[in-house]
Amino acid sequence: MKVTVKVEKLDCASCASKLERAVCKMDGVTNVNVNFMTSKMTVETADAVADNVLENIKKHVKKIMPDVVLRTQGNIL
Amino acid sequence: MNRSEKQTLLRIIITAIIFAVALPLHYMRLTSGSVDLLIFLVPYLLVGYEILWRALRNIARGQVFDENFLMSVATVGAFILGEYPEGVAVMLFYQIGELFQSYAVSKSRRNIAELMDIRPDYANIMRDGVLTQVNPDEVQVDDIITVKPGERIPLDGVVTEGFSSVDTSALTGEAAPRDVLPGENVISGCINQTGLLTVRVTKIFSESTVSKILELVENSAMKKSKSEKFITRFARYYTPAVVYAAVALAVLPPLLTGQDFSIWVNRALIFLVISCPCALVISVPLSFFGGIGGASKIGVLVKGTVHLEMLADTQIAVFDKTGTLTKGAFLVTSVNPQGTDKDTLLELAAYAEDYSNHPIAESIKKTYGKIIDKRIITKVEELPGYGVKAMVNGNEILAGNAKLMTKEGIPYDTTTAGHTVVHVAQNGHYRGYINIEDEIKGDARQAVADLKNVGIKNIVMLTGDNAATGRKVAANVGIDRVYTDLLPVDKVHIVEELMEAKSTGGRLVFVGDGINDAPVLARADVGVAMGGLGSDAAIEAADVVIMTDEPSKLAKVIQISQKTLTIVRQNIVFALGVKIIVMALGAMGLANMWAAVFADVGVSVLAILNAMRALNVKAYIKPDKAESALAVKPEYA
Repeated sequence: MKVTVKVEKLDCASCASKLERAVCKMDGVTNVNVNFMTSKMTVETADAVADNVLENIKKHVKKIMPDVVLRTQGNIL
Repeated sequence: MNRSEKQTLLRIIITAIIFAVALPLHYMRLTSGSVDLLIFLVPYLLVGYEILWRALRNIARGQVFDENFLMSVATVGAFILGEYPEGVAVMLFYQIGELFQSYAVSKSRRNIAELMDIRPDYANIMRDGVLTQVNPDEVQVDDIITVKPGERIPLDGVVTEGFSSVDTSALTGEAAPRDVLPGENVISGCINQTGLLTVRVTKIFSESTVSKILELVENSAMKKSKSEKFITRFARYYTPAVVYAAVALAVLPPLLTGQDFSIWVNRALIFLVISCPCALVISVPLSFFGGIGGASKIGVLVKGTVHLEMLADTQIAVFDKTGTLTKGAFLVTSVNPQGTDKDTLLELAAYAEDYSNHPIAESIKKTYGKIIDKRIITKVEELPGYGVKAMVNGNEILAGNAKLMTKEGIPYDTTTAGHTVVHVAQNGHYRGYINIEDEIKGDARQAVADLKNVGIKNIVMLTGDNAATGRKVAANVGIDRVYTDLLPVDKVHIVEELMEAKSTGGRLVFVGDGINDAPVLARADVGVAMGGLGSDAAIEAADVVIMTDEPSKLAKVIQISQKTLTIVRQNIVFALGVKIIVMALGAMGLANMWAAVFADVGVSVLAILNAMRALNVKAYIKPDKAESALAVKPEYA
């Protein structure tokens, strides 16, 4: 399943790659792409674990990059 | 500027004011001791508390080496050494630099969002006799919608009533508006300018042009270019490396030479300030971003920065013929009767082909132009691969290729071998042939000439068409190397051969549009598809999409990519160069903290301004009325 997450407060390009690397290493994530220019992150997961993975991503990102805000479909992730 | 940016700006201004007051007081020695410290500590904390806080927080999470850490150590170090003004200056200018960067990034992002702001919000449709606004999703094929002057056309369709001009610039980059009449196609996303248009919808919203474009942009893979990958890796190693170097610089020389620690710590701090790689890391993506945005402005969608990078190194351009260099629509070029006159021959052919949907039949009927009395056509038999047989007014008319004539035993004009031709026979007698050709696009010759001007001499044309037609088209547009009579799999082989033959640095660009071009598009270094006429498979497989179907845009986007790469290289060399020089000077004691700060922030600002240059594409937009390949000739009902 592919989810597009809007990433707010991502102001430097090295932060974008840091985010990408961090999410890539997480369990259940098959592919991730962070686009610094459009402020979007696309995450691919196996369907079965999708919700869990998103929760984990949210927690992990909050830990390593607390300034960044993640949103899906207008709601804060 | 958003709220948080405005707040930061306010803090910066207040800090600058306090600082401006404190400086003369300090240098005129009017303050001393703790007062001195205070007049600098206050502005310092005002402008820098966030940075200090972030540095501490990140260290607690195990992330030590980042900008916040560098700046904190450098400024706190300065305060400890008693250099209060320097400490404040570093923090102040760092924040100014950061704000500028943030502003530049937001602005660029807004720019691209604007370019892509083609999404229509509503459609006007008659419901129960009243013109109501509905969601474009709710409109079905064949529904009639109304587009008022000034409104964005919400769906693809055919004009049934109204005369107007349409602004296609958001999709095609064409500044000049396109006139539309009843019978013409209009595409979603364009703005209706002058007249009221009544449109019969041909595609539902999710399949409309505007939806396809938005999807393309949002879902594009965005693979990172070589330069971007390099910069990211570089930044990761650079920062810790410089910190260690700074520590070494602070500690070793005093230990070895017995000199005073504070001098060397000072120099080490300067080192730290200079070491921030932000200028580089920001300016490279920003430059590419500008390049992609610039390409969008001229109607070319580049799906990723890596493709833009490769386009700049184009060495060989390979064009497909039909649909790319030619319009993919057939035209009658000559009517050659035998034993009758032109008008009769054309009439016979038109009547025979009336029931056929084949593009060749369409072109014959169009050239005939008159209304066909279907009552006199009695029997029609379509023979795939051969042609058509019809009974017209009691006469048996045959219209088809050479194979049909041979099959029916009718002698025909064999000089036409190798050309696309429709032979016509009436009651067993040969009546002549009609020459059909695919019309070459208006800008095809310009496309080839422009490519040569940009320095790409190696241009090849591939076609599945016969040798005579292929060579004729190639000669017409100025291409010397042609491969004809190709099956789709042959095209792949030839492209593979050409890829082997080229040098490792040079890139092969393939331009095509058909469904069968998808494997070739994938194989080439850069695959370019025609966005309007092209098949969905081709657009999906391609790396670059020319929304206006104009091959001449290729040369322009190559120029944009070359300019973008130049800017990227300039920024890398400039940023690294200045930093290394000032670092060396700092280590030798020839540069002070102020110089370091200016070198860091100044370099960032200049690099960003330079990156914005990539967005400037005024040189590539032609103000005159170019023929848009999206226009389809009026259909004859």
